[in-house]
Amino acid sequence: MKLEPWVIQSFCAAIFFIGVMGVLIRRNVLIILMSIELMLNAVNLSFVTYSSQLQDLGGQMAVFFIITVAAAEGAVGLGLLIAMFRTLRSVDTDEIRLLKE
Amino acid sequence: MSEINPIAFYAFASIAIGFSLLVVFKKNPVSSAFSLIVVFFAFAAIYAMFDAHLLAALQILVYAGAIMVLFVFVIMLLNADAPSFDIGKAHPVIKYGSGAACIILFCFFVWAFKRSGASLVAPGEFSAQAVEASGGNAKVISQLMFSKYIFPFELTSILLLGAIVGAVAMAKRKPHAKSGASK
Repeated sequence: MKLEPWVIQSFCAAIFFIGVMGVLIRRNVLIILMSIELMLNAVNLSFVTYSSQLQDLGGQMAVFFIITVAAAEGAVGLGLLIAMFRTLRSVDTDEIRLLKE
Repeated sequence: MSEINPIAFYAFASIAIGFSLLVVFKKNPVSSAFSLIVVFFAFAAIYAMFDAHLLAALQILVYAGAIMVLFVFVIMLLNADAPSFDIGKAHPVIKYGSGAACIILFCFFVWAFKRSGASLVAPGEFSAQAVEASGGNAKVISQLMFSKYIFPFELTSILLLGAIVGAVAMAKRKPHAKSGASK
């Protein structure tokens, strides 16, 4: 029983679309940020799979930089979240309607 | 590819899929955050199965360590650990439409991955044996990082500096505008 590459890639796609679903369905900004982290992780695993399949370590280097970007994105996103909570007293995206009023 | 034990991969993959569904559908942000930690550990195990040992370590250190601590810290700071019933508030068209769209796109991806045959690119020089012979995954990646990828590596320091400045500037308490005060 051999593990086919398309099974692993499909698993990555499954995790990615669970993340997409989280971004689309949820209104809580915290959960949306967590879903973004899920999507980044799915792409990382896809990179590692191709890296091992093509015997090239460039994919693993790309994952290293994606992890850095994800850490920066998490820090900035949570900073934005704190700023939003300070003005709106809520973490719900439905409350962001300052321009509408 | 063939040296991966399929049973172990399926075990960790099902753990990852189950807990990432919990991340999306749990009402309490704290339980979402802890499910996300489990997903990160499952991913680290899968990286280790692919002989990406450095990335498995980084995954645990950076994701399960730093990023999740940041998330839990913000949840506690904002007192946002009350259950949020925002799934029920979503419009049914958005809720079921996005679910259906994701499933259709996922099926398309599976079809595309299954249909794609052997790769057109010739395999590179870093086969498992070559990496093992030149000192293991961590050593080879470190040598690559400081030779071929030195410029992007230095650029990440600028990115992190920008992120630090941005995060502090946004999360800082704004000084209330004093009327007429010159400073």
